[in-house]
Amino acid sequence: MATAGAKKTRSKEKPGKSPAVLPILTATERVDLLRKMVLIRRFEQKAAQAFMQAKIKGFCHLYIGQEAVAVGSISTLHEGDAVITAYRDHGHALARGMSARECMAELFGKITGCSRGKGGSMHFFSKEKHFHGGHGIVGGQTPLAAGIAFAQKYNQSGAVTVCYLGDGAVNQGAFHEALNLAALWKLPVIYVIENNEYAMGTSQHRSSAGDPLVKRADGYDMAGITAHGADVDDVREKMWDAVQLARTESLPSLVEIKTYRYRGHSMSDPGHYRSKDEIENRKKEADPLALYRERLYKEKALTEKQYEEIERQCVAEAEDSVAFAESSPEPEVNTVFEDIFAPEDQMPEFRPPIGS
Amino acid sequence: MAVCTMREALNQALSEEMERDERVFLMGEEVAEYQGAYKVSSGLLQKFGPKRVVDTPISESGFAGLGVGAAMMGLRPVVEFMTWSFSMVAYDQIVNNAGAIRYMSGGQYSIPIVFRGSSGAGLQVGATHSHTPENWYANVPALTVITPGFPDDAKGLLKSAIRSNNPVCFIENEKLYGFKDEVPDGEWIVPIGQARIRREGNDVTLIANSASTHVALGAAGKLAANGISAEVIDLRTIKPLDLPTILASVAKTNRVVIVEENKPFAGWGAQVAYEIQHRSFDHLDAPIERVTGLDVPQPYARVLEQAVMPSEERVIAAAEKSLA
Repeated sequence: MATAGAKKTRSKEKPGKSPAVLPILTATERVDLLRKMVLIRRFEQKAAQAFMQAKIKGFCHLYIGQEAVAVGSISTLHEGDAVITAYRDHGHALARGMSARECMAELFGKITGCSRGKGGSMHFFSKEKHFHGGHGIVGGQTPLAAGIAFAQKYNQSGAVTVCYLGDGAVNQGAFHEALNLAALWKLPVIYVIENNEYAMGTSQHRSSAGDPLVKRADGYDMAGITAHGADVDDVREKMWDAVQLARTESLPSLVEIKTYRYRGHSMSDPGHYRSKDEIENRKKEADPLALYRERLYKEKALTEKQYEEIERQCVAEAEDSVAFAESSPEPEVNTVFEDIFAPEDQMPEFRPPIGS
Repeated sequence: MAVCTMREALNQALSEEMERDERVFLMGEEVAEYQGAYKVSSGLLQKFGPKRVVDTPISESGFAGLGVGAAMMGLRPVVEFMTWSFSMVAYDQIVNNAGAIRYMSGGQYSIPIVFRGSSGAGLQVGATHSHTPENWYANVPALTVITPGFPDDAKGLLKSAIRSNNPVCFIENEKLYGFKDEVPDGEWIVPIGQARIRREGNDVTLIANSASTHVALGAAGKLAANGISAEVIDLRTIKPLDLPTILASVAKTNRVVIVEENKPFAGWGAQVAYEIQHRSFDHLDAPIERVTGLDVPQPYARVLEQAVMPSEERVIAAAEKSLA
């Protein structure tokens, strides 16, 4: 992708501001990346199971197959950097360090959930972890990300924002407005297109003119970068460039990461738009977990025994999250009127109960 | 106490709040170098600089959403829509993001943002530029909706809106920007959620807001000449609604005419009528009348547009019907 490559080098043409190099991870840190990916997969499998048992209701969009994107990209961030995403948000939340318990409890609609049972699958939030949602309207989060980055710049905090979106979101007006504002005002934001090839059931070639999608950065004179989404190392490397550009030069980027989701768009997707062979082939050819595990074996960073232990721990953590969610209380019905308005407001306490 | 226009009163509120709190910034189309399409932000760029008075591209969805994101981080944006008619382009950001993020996150985020700008019909700008959307936004549970009709209220309520930690839709009316009246000097706060009785009377209550209050006051003057004493309530805030003031007036006059520029179906007056009949049924001596914008897209020709707008004549006729 020549366009992307050419743009990517732009920051390197300014030697005075050249970014620090990507830190080389220790074996332990690399194993930890694998552990995070395994945890996401086992968490999602448990969520699918609970959904089939009707313990999770509503929509449930699983991240299985895309784990290396969230884990690789978030591993390049500082603790105080902001993360915001769309409705397929479980993987990003876990990669950001939110607990499996609070995430699963949210799926179960329990008061112990990360949004007190008011958000559900598509609306995870953790202000403490700078995880600013979980947003249900396709592309609707992209202007929010520009605003978060605007505040980071306004406050001179030095932090950056990473905003995830799917390949379907690139055709929303809000996305283009956000890109223009980010580039115009030099906001420290990285827009990451997780291109899993399908906007719900409509493949990229049936929904988007222009390939690769990262070319859309050109119109806004933004850096365009691409990465291989099954390879966590490649994601880390390419994201590092974008993050440095945002942190050191306050410049936005558009990163397109090719990935693939193994499950349906949501749990209610019959999957008529693609073949079983296609899915099986992709799993065989480029599974992010298997790819990284084999690499770590080869590099002697991991033994099979250690891997089995990781699997055991992650399955246990996912099971524990289900047990926690199941045993957590439902929200008290009177909490339905909580969290609407800021309590510290100067508003008169008496808000007439309209319609009662 | 000095006499000033609505636009000057709004300008004072913005300037004083930006002076008071560095987290407050103004953003919108033509707010900075152009000095505001309606001159509300005149001089603010010179006073506060481009970091805090920010010209945006014509990109309502983008900059409204950007404002919400900034508010999630603790800044206090004032986002100007050149007119509220253009806010339709940003509807998703206002409803789903400003209006729901606090709730959806279980109360983790406050969204201290003010969306403000002109609205209203009567100046022959046609269907796309003439909306009075207070009822649309009042239908969103977490949004506060303010519609000032006088310079002193405009100043005091805008200062309250900027200090609110909740998302506020502050809907001005284009017809009123040049309206002059007394405005208290310096710190002047009008609490959100309180109606104001602009004229006292005993025979019939006229409930109005924004520019419609001026129509109601004009009608009340003419009714007085015919021996009818009308009380005029300016709601000032559509949501939260000040029911105690409304119900006290109904208990006194027993008759109600609602005057609203927005369209009739589910206009805010429909809700007010419901609340009155539900809570004060025994106080009513006649059916509640409504004078609204007529149920057609806003026409251009003067004679057509005037027929669509609430008028003193229609208010007088409604009051007389109520008293018949």
